[in-house]
Amino acid sequence: MTALPPVEALERMMLERMMLIRAYEETLVDLHGRGRAAGTCTAIGQEASAVGVVAALTPDDLILTNHRSAGHLLARGADPGRMLAEVQGKSGGYCGGKSGSLHISARELGVVLTSTIVGGELALATGVGLSRSMQGGPGIVVCFFGDGAACEGRFHESLNLAAVWNLPILYVCENNQWQAFVHRKETMTADGVADHAAAYGIDSAVVDGNDPLAVFEAAAAAVAAIRRTGKPFLLEAMTYRLRGHFEPDDQSYVDPGELARWRERDPVILLRGRLERDGLLDASAAARMEEQVRAQMEAAAAFAEASPYPAPEELTRDVYA
Amino acid sequence: MTQMTVNDAISAALAEEMRRDPSVLIFGEGVATKRRDLLGEFGPARVRNTPLAEGIIAGTAAGAAATGLRPVIDLLFAPFLCYAMDEIVNSAGKLRYISGGQFKFPMVVLAMTGAGWGVGAQHNHNIESWFVHSPGLKVAMPSTPADFKGLLKAAIRDDNPVLIFADIALGYSAGEVPDDIDAIPLGQAALRRTGDDVTLVSYAKTVGTCLAAADRLAEAGISADVLDLRSLKPLDEDAILRSVAKTGRLVVVHEASRLCGVGAEVAALVAEKAFASLRAPVLRLTGPDAPAPASFPLEQAFVPHADAVVAAVQSLVHGALAA
Repeated sequence: MTALPPVEALERMMLERMMLIRAYEETLVDLHGRGRAAGTCTAIGQEASAVGVVAALTPDDLILTNHRSAGHLLARGADPGRMLAEVQGKSGGYCGGKSGSLHISARELGVVLTSTIVGGELALATGVGLSRSMQGGPGIVVCFFGDGAACEGRFHESLNLAAVWNLPILYVCENNQWQAFVHRKETMTADGVADHAAAYGIDSAVVDGNDPLAVFEAAAAAVAAIRRTGKPFLLEAMTYRLRGHFEPDDQSYVDPGELARWRERDPVILLRGRLERDGLLDASAAARMEEQVRAQMEAAAAFAEASPYPAPEELTRDVYA
Repeated sequence: MTQMTVNDAISAALAEEMRRDPSVLIFGEGVATKRRDLLGEFGPARVRNTPLAEGIIAGTAAGAAATGLRPVIDLLFAPFLCYAMDEIVNSAGKLRYISGGQFKFPMVVLAMTGAGWGVGAQHNHNIESWFVHSPGLKVAMPSTPADFKGLLKAAIRDDNPVLIFADIALGYSAGEVPDDIDAIPLGQAALRRTGDDVTLVSYAKTVGTCLAAADRLAEAGISADVLDLRSLKPLDEDAILRSVAKTGRLVVVHEASRLCGVGAEVAALVAEKAFASLRAPVLRLTGPDAPAPASFPLEQAFVPHADAVVAAVQSLVHGALAA
């Protein structure tokens, strides 16, 4: 068998990851619906942005993320079993069950200091960037946040300090159009946040967040610029949150027309369709991918199910170092 | 022994710890402007001015602490910490626990507070108990230059976030600092004066108030233990209980407002663990439930004074509250 050319191999890898992320989050929704997991935030519809950015990174790079983190973690190679265990409060989770779904960090994967306080990740990113910059090691810092966080003061404080101190941070705004239960049109005068970067002397780019190859190319260019200059960069991925803010959420507040338009741009369906049309994915390869994801999620669910709850003495462990 | 002010003791501790550990750095509002000696010795990468933006200063410290540095940040005045509460309480205080112990936050937050300069309620607010109440954080509020030096050294070496509040009125007060003073462990109170009839528990500026009151009480034949807590979390419970077991009387004195203040915790501790030793009710002398005013006479009225401490003790020993 001949090796696929690099771009096609990358796209197939990205499709696999996106299918896994989608299956993982659908499993969460199902678990919640059956009373097996606490309420949780998903990022269904935003998989391309996560996978495209993370594909542009090296293992030395550090990632900060937020409550919609499953895509970033899984794109980085997280074990869906340990993530499911975490969501269910089990000891086998990445954080021993103390995080739940909202703030999963996995230091071993370089996913650090996940915060569910909107904007919290932006305030921490400058510190991680300062460490990187002062320790002189390889690797940059990537900070994922949403358009909601960009309405927090911390967004501006973070960009300003990163610019003043030349911190190697890739700011990735996943503009999913919704800030909890409020459309961003009610909270911002512009359609996006990238224009703010210029005021701080930071370069920026806007990309179609539902096209993983476009995201990858934009992120790779931004990462290269950061490695070359040591300066921050703001990348805005225009995407859409296809489910509600939180489970359960009937989305009755969402304009059905807008939702329908974005459903037609479902990034998993778009990429799969394109690969099939271009002859890069035949029916049997697609079936193999589906089967692989299904098997992975079955194993993950079994791992989480078998993982014990934390022992009572865990209640007060790790409060202090 | 060297005579130095609290401000000089803080600089001396910073310089020694920065020499000792290259991961220690300090940043904040005017740090590089005011501490020229540190800037000269350690350079602009480790001694940094920042924008006037407490939230990002504290968040940057937390992020840096979790990834290998030991930042000390100066947020100037305690009320400004309201802008940094998320980073201190939700991030530095919780992300170790939330992550199942993946991170530690070796960082120190410095801020001034207290009556004395007439700066008013948005620069003077003794908010130390807020942080005592928040898990994952340690809090110290020393009263002498030597303790500022020793406790700051310990705080910098500690793997947890430590807040050190400096009473404004103590900043330029001088005291003897042993030349070879090392880190003073957090969580150890200091018995400043020994007596048998009453325990005066305090911290920061009002330790001096208690010592002045103890002098006057001695003239009246009443001897007082004066216990300087130094650290509010961890709290030296043993030292408090040991003293109350001896004296049977307790007055807690602090400038912070009364409700849910440190005095409430000390009183509850004694009620729970030393009730049988008590010969009289526990009294608290504190600031009122009011913002700190700027007007000098009102600001002075906000703070417990020695007269009130003497009167409170006399009521416990000979007066209306005596057993």
